[in-house]
Amino acid sequence: MLNFKRVLPLIAVLCLLMLSAGIGTANAVPAQPKQKNIILATTTSTQDTGLLDVLIPMFEKKTGYFVKTIAVGSGQAMTMGAKGEADVLLVHSQAAEKKFMADGNGVNRRLVMHNDFIIVGPPADPATIRQSKKAADGFKKIALSSALFVSRGDNSGTHAKEKEIWKAAGIQPEGQKWYQQTGLGMGQTLGVAAEKKGYTLADRGTYLAMKKNLGLDILLSGDAVLLNIYHVIEVNHAKWPKVNAAGAKAFADFMVSKQVQDIVKTFGVEKFGSPLFFPDAGKKVEDLGK
Amino acid sequence: MEIIIEGIKQALSLLISLDPEVMGITWLSLKVSGTATLISLFIGIGIGTTVALTSFPGRQIVVSLINTGMALPPVVVGLFVTIFLWRNGPFGALEILYTPMAIIIAQAIIATPIVMGITLAAMQQLPRKLRLQILALGATRFQMVRLLIKEAKLSLMAAVMAGFGGVISEVGASIMVGGNIKGYTRVLTTATVMETSKGNFDVAIALGVILLLFAFAINLVLTRVQQRERPR
Repeated sequence: MLNFKRVLPLIAVLCLLMLSAGIGTANAVPAQPKQKNIILATTTSTQDTGLLDVLIPMFEKKTGYFVKTIAVGSGQAMTMGAKGEADVLLVHSQAAEKKFMADGNGVNRRLVMHNDFIIVGPPADPATIRQSKKAADGFKKIALSSALFVSRGDNSGTHAKEKEIWKAAGIQPEGQKWYQQTGLGMGQTLGVAAEKKGYTLADRGTYLAMKKNLGLDILLSGDAVLLNIYHVIEVNHAKWPKVNAAGAKAFADFMVSKQVQDIVKTFGVEKFGSPLFFPDAGKKVEDLGK
Repeated sequence: MEIIIEGIKQALSLLISLDPEVMGITWLSLKVSGTATLISLFIGIGIGTTVALTSFPGRQIVVSLINTGMALPPVVVGLFVTIFLWRNGPFGALEILYTPMAIIIAQAIIATPIVMGITLAAMQQLPRKLRLQILALGATRFQMVRLLIKEAKLSLMAAVMAGFGGVISEVGASIMVGGNIKGYTRVLTTATVMETSKGNFDVAIALGVILLLFAFAINLVLTRVQQRERPR
């Protein structure tokens, strides 16, 4: 019984140590003033491809800002922006972005880069969508043959695009037996599709980054509707006074700067054999993919 | 299968080479979860002992609430903590969302009911007459509580381990309130989730192995303390 007494001070010291260490990190890391923090709400694809791991440290070094990257779906990123809980967004969901801007939530929406969505599926291609040129035709064939389709189902930019294509195909997939929603990110959804030998819509970047483990083929690509376009949006400072407007602007300017655009152009070539994104700063959306 | 072996190999090489990023993530995990466990010990043992040793109207409801708290889903805790810490939320002025401090708070909320529930059960299991005997020997109330805590040591150490185990392995709240920010709030579990979604399964497994190794080391120390004096 006395032994416990002996270890008690030891435990107490350990406690204090851990406590001080814990609080220490909480305060010490952003050494700069609070306004130096920028909350970047973005899509999972920019993080999962590793692009942000290259760009963020560069930006921090250059400007002294500290970027808190919150990688969620485009839908959630825009909800955060609409609540003033993020300073700057890097998203890819055109229709939702336009609504976001129309509602006065953002300022200065700028084109950063694009890649494309692709329809991937088992190499055997049971729905024979390989022969189709149009994404909507491919989706129709999948529906007609009741081949399994795995959807993100998470309100992300990819999910929004998928719904747009179903609409164009005139099909209401929800509730159908062959239509399954994961509610997960792109990487995990690709994993589910691979495991179940299903079709899914993916962004090319994440697909290329994960290709080695999947065993899924690109079956349909190149349709203009499949363009995947990333914009940077600064959250409206006038609406949410706590938003770090200067930091948001600095980050947005950085994303469209020549330096970043040059990195985007070659990012992924070394590892995946082809670039994951195409830089587009200063271009018009209508001119993309031409 | 080979991916698991690959993962274990990678875990070892990351550990041996003292990979700075992985070491940073591991150290942060231990600090954050350790601190959260300590906070939960103070609150959990304090309230658990009080409830165990007193009787008051509605006590059963309180006990049921504590026991239900042991099943608090981390994601729900994460969601509530996020909403409270939002810039424009009630505690927004503190500006601690997406910091290690936010993770500590969320994990402390998760661990406290676990520690409290086990403490409660442990203290109630002590024979009632023991209390009377200690008091009869002239102990003050404070001395009595101290003796009882010593008496329940075995179970209380189990409470520490359960609380720590609950939070070091937790991912839902950490990713929500911490944001999995590289070099800042990325802990072992959130890094594992991210590597999985990147398709780097070997790295994900390596991180999992490292988490288990450290959890084992800590539990070994705690178990030594617990078992130092075998119960009669």
